[in-house]
Amino acid sequence: MLELKNISYEIKQSKQKILDQVSLRIEPGTLTVITGPNGSGKSTLAQIIMGIKTPTSGQIIFGGGDITKDDITARAKKGISFSFQQPVKFQGLTVYELLNIANGELFSPVEAGQVLEQVGLNPDDYLKREINTKLSGGELKRIEIASILARKDAKLLIFDEPEAGIDLWSFQDLTKLFQKIRCEYPDKSLVIISHQEKILKIADEIIILENGSIAKKGAPAQIISEIKEAKP
Amino acid sequence: MKLSKEETQIFCEVITGGSDTTQETLSQLVAPESAYNFRVNGKSISRHSTENINIVPKSDGQGLDVYIAPDTKHETVHIPVAISVTGHKETVYNDFHIGENAEVVIIAGCGIYNCGGVDSVHDGIHRFDVGKGANITYIEKHYGFGQGRGGKILNPTTEVHLKAGAIAHLELEQIKGVDSTIRNTVAKLEQNAKLTVKERLMTHGRQIAESSYDIQLKGKDSTADLESRSIAQDYSTQTFKSTITATAKSRGHSACDAIIMDQAKVFALPALNAEIKDAELIHEAAIGKLASDQITKLMTLGLTQAQAESHIINGFLK
Ligand SMILES: Nc1ncnc2c1ncn2[C@@H]1O[C@H](COP(=O)(O)OP(=O)(O)OP(=O)(O)O)[C@@H](O)[C@H]1O
Ligand SMILES: [Mg+2]
Repeated sequence: MLELKNISYEIKQSKQKILDQVSLRIEPGTLTVITGPNGSGKSTLAQIIMGIKTPTSGQIIFGGGDITKDDITARAKKGISFSFQQPVKFQGLTVYELLNIANGELFSPVEAGQVLEQVGLNPDDYLKREINTKLSGGELKRIEIASILARKDAKLLIFDEPEAGIDLWSFQDLTKLFQKIRCEYPDKSLVIISHQEKILKIADEIIILENGSIAKKGAPAQIISEIKEAKP
Repeated sequence: MKLSKEETQIFCEVITGGSDTTQETLSQLVAPESAYNFRVNGKSISRHSTENINIVPKSDGQGLDVYIAPDTKHETVHIPVAISVTGHKETVYNDFHIGENAEVVIIAGCGIYNCGGVDSVHDGIHRFDVGKGANITYIEKHYGFGQGRGGKILNPTTEVHLKAGAIAHLELEQIKGVDSTIRNTVAKLEQNAKLTVKERLMTHGRQIAESSYDIQLKGKDSTADLESRSIAQDYSTQTFKSTITATAKSRGHSACDAIIMDQAKVFALPALNAEIKDAELIHEAAIGKLASDQITKLMTLGLTQAQAESHIINGFLK
């Protein structure tokens, strides 16, 4: 589904290397978790896949074609979707409008409501709300996740720390949601950036990013115990 | 009564926000039980008063006195203006006398169609004398179109005097096609009076817009909340000036938010004038370009950059 070949990303002015020769493959129908220390380049990598940042060098292959030169819109239309670590706030745009944009055509309020229920928000309370500074961090994060779920044409779903800011009570539901997506859409691929053991556990493969390079890859059982042993 | 296509379009735009331009007659545009006065090219072409709302033309023909009886509830007044001949210039005085405890919605607005080479100008002075405990919503929409070289110029002045406990909610909107505008809004608030203003402006081409507010909190526990949002595109120029003066224990808040695009210019000068220590006055002002993270987010959902920008602008101006 997705292949990154030798992706590097450097900040022009400071020549600081954020990503160094990252190569990886994401197969259809898999759930990959990317983890690693703060500042190791996880979000940058996701932004490069979405087309928000342009790699200094390297190649991105998606669905059999080279998309390195595609802009964000073109990649979105090809089926890449990305839930931001920091949800964006607007002035005036409502949740319902955002979900309609994501869906690509008009949702009925009932259909849009079903998407909100998946992230634990009551449609009666939230559908007409504006996505602005008045929403709490957790509410914004849930709406951000909903905007990805609303994209029926998405093939690759990337979530950047989806659990951050979501309360413990509904956190369990979030892992269930990801497993449900896997079961219902066996040809979609999920990439989740996360620090949470609960999410690491449901991965097919875990990738550890350190200082902009892949330090380790493997199945959850092996990687989780290695991470635990590494800690004093 | 026969209206031209352009005049019909103006009334649809200012009354229904342009959602329905297929209406054939004016009476279809407004609810049958509302009071109204339709003015076209300087003449009143249709007028209707109700039991509680009496619309009386001024003797010189340049305006109206609108008398709203005390305790009137849930009634609407429409006073739209259309100008469709090039070079028409007028100054109109509309005075609203609102009785105690009345609750009404007043919908005004002016549209200019100018396809000629000479400026058309409408200066509208709206004065509201709002009685004790009354509650009014005043909606004003301005709109211009037509490809002529002549300017479409609208200069509205709004003066509001709120007696004790009166409430006024003003919605002032100018989104399309007006070449030059100088807006002046003055408000005086007595004890416990409450004013909210929601202003929406969009300029493009070489348009010039100036909006000034002078809000005076004279009565104890009066409150004013002014929210202005504007978008300046192309080579347009906008000026925003506001002064909130408090001479009594009161609260005033103003927020002016402008998005600047292309080669446009925006000048904002907010002022707070507290003449007593119990005044709580706050001002927020922000001028900036369209937020790139907002554009990016919508593009990741499949919109082009241009589509994303238009969604952001529409939301911002809501
Ligand atoms: N525009 C920029 N200018 C300078 N440094 C940047 C810029 N963008 C990112 N960085 C740096 O790149 C590194 C990687 O950032 P990134 O956001 O990808 O980390 P992350 O792995 O997602 O971290 P976290 O777990 O905290 O979310 C960080 O050190 C960050 O400070
Ligand atoms: Mg990150």
